[in-house]
Amino acid sequence: MVDMSTSLSGTVLPNPIMTASGCAAAGRELGQFIEVAALGAVVTKSIMLAPRAGRATPRMAETPSGMLNSIGLQGPGIDAFLERDLRWLVEAGARAVVSIAGSSVAEYGALAERLPASAGVTAIEVNISCPNVESRGEVFACDPVAAGAVLAAVRSAADPAVPVFAKLSPDVTDLVSVAAACAEAGADGLTLINTLLGMAVDPVSMRPVLAGTTGGLSGPAIRPVAVRAIWQVHRALPAVPIMGVGGVRTGLDALELVLAGAAAVQVGTAIFGDPSAPVRVLGELEAALAERGFGKLTDAVGFAHRVTG
Amino acid sequence: MTDSPVQQLAEVIDVGPVGAYLEIGLRLPVAIGFAPGQFAALAVGGPRSSMLLRRCFSIYQINGDQLRIVFAPQGAGTRWLAARRPGSAVDVVAPLGTPFRPPVGAAAGAPVTLVGGGYGSAPLFGLASALRSLGSPVHFVLGAATAGRLFGVAEARRFGDSVTVTTDDGSAGSQGLVSDVLPAVLAATGSRLVCACGPMAMLRAVADLATAAGATAQVAVEEAMACGIGVCMTCVLPVVGVDGVTRMTRSCVDGPVFDGAAVRWPEAGTGAVPGDALGAPGGAGVLGVGAMGAP
Repeated sequence: MVDMSTSLSGTVLPNPIMTASGCAAAGRELGQFIEVAALGAVVTKSIMLAPRAGRATPRMAETPSGMLNSIGLQGPGIDAFLERDLRWLVEAGARAVVSIAGSSVAEYGALAERLPASAGVTAIEVNISCPNVESRGEVFACDPVAAGAVLAAVRSAADPAVPVFAKLSPDVTDLVSVAAACAEAGADGLTLINTLLGMAVDPVSMRPVLAGTTGGLSGPAIRPVAVRAIWQVHRALPAVPIMGVGGVRTGLDALELVLAGAAAVQVGTAIFGDPSAPVRVLGELEAALAERGFGKLTDAVGFAHRVTG
Repeated sequence: MTDSPVQQLAEVIDVGPVGAYLEIGLRLPVAIGFAPGQFAALAVGGPRSSMLLRRCFSIYQINGDQLRIVFAPQGAGTRWLAARRPGSAVDVVAPLGTPFRPPVGAAAGAPVTLVGGGYGSAPLFGLASALRSLGSPVHFVLGAATAGRLFGVAEARRFGDSVTVTTDDGSAGSQGLVSDVLPAVLAATGSRLVCACGPMAMLRAVADLATAAGATAQVAVEEAMACGIGVCMTCVLPVVGVDGVTRMTRSCVDGPVFDGAAVRWPEAGTGAVPGDALGAPGGAGVLGVGAMGAP
């Protein structure tokens, strides 16, 4: 038996495996296949203040060991989310990590204010890979100052009992500087990584496949990027807890992220092919830790940094 | 037996050609129920496959523990499926989606016309059987590009009270599209309900012609899906709800069968988001968002 519990800035979870934002809606559909309460947490699809229709279709393109998506944050808005989705997660006994997305610093703050621990929120994950309308469409996560401003607003608006994690984009020149800015602004932890910006052109129509032209690349194809990002940030900021995400399909994939420095691991695109993947990965990770002689998951977090020779 | 979707490893019984298409039979360890119009999502390429997304197919038949699907080997995933041999394993999730709804109440037992394009006709034979058992006369209209690309004409003759065939090239039945013959079939049979499955352009024409004839249409749409279970938000199309509000609606959960009059066809055909859809770009409180990191 391996002690699989993990801690997100003081909030203890029974195990480190979660769904990744945007890959499990708000958990209800997956509940047909797995016990959502058996996961460390369910990370919801990013929620915004108002309902959003999302982008035109086609929204998806399969790529080698990956996929591109340009969903455009389709969602019901915070009111319907609280009334229907969060209530369902709480009643199902799941721990809810609520992902939020906004177009301005104020919008992020307003969302965080609506998500207290008393509503059943285990943590807030701040998706800052959205364009900042106040700054000519620049993406918050690509600028340390803008990223820090969002995290400061969320941290001050959020319930002090709710940890706040910043979800960062790997599409930056200096990831560590963005991560450090978020931590300095009050983020309790980091989620690494969001999708990479990609694109596909259809050789038959000779046009972009996605209606949105570009999309986010996810799946096993990006796992080495996730491992690198987690490694770099954990090395620079060893005290900041990291939720690792990017291309995890098996327990050994999850272990790779843990060894690089992730205290929790999110399973995303793998769910589309295998709705029971999060529970399977949890079992495989536990077995892999036991095989390697780890009595506790936390002993394996960042272990690759400590191996010498 | 369950009507909830089940994920399970099925065993291939047989794979073989049926006209221009292929038919695969799969033995399901856990028996499932289904209603015509529902679909199955199959994983392709094995556990380490570079193809991550399930392939979704409407259910042709379920006989006991046997699931049967008709497909066309058009891409790497369906070619992998075509190469399965008896005894090999395929990961199946089924039954999924909202099925066709037989007429109820005063309309129960009324004649129904079923329209299929190519192998889109596959779910219509089970539907015909169900409708017949409820007392409805059933009339088929089957169309395809060529005679070889029709599916199930003989089966339609067995289940149907009439069968009308069209081909683009005139190699079988009358030359033209199903939409060329549908008004006459509706008039001759007195059908008040049309159930259709096939390409989007055909479904749009069927829905428009049904409305013009004072009938209702139920259409099973073909949208690209990534998950098939309602979590990815890929397979959406604009549909008007009972409250009159247009929403980008998941075809995997709320469809694939929709009321033909509720689909916003011009936008569904182009993939656009109607300007008056709930949360549409430019609407109140909604601002543009790029695709970056926005699953």
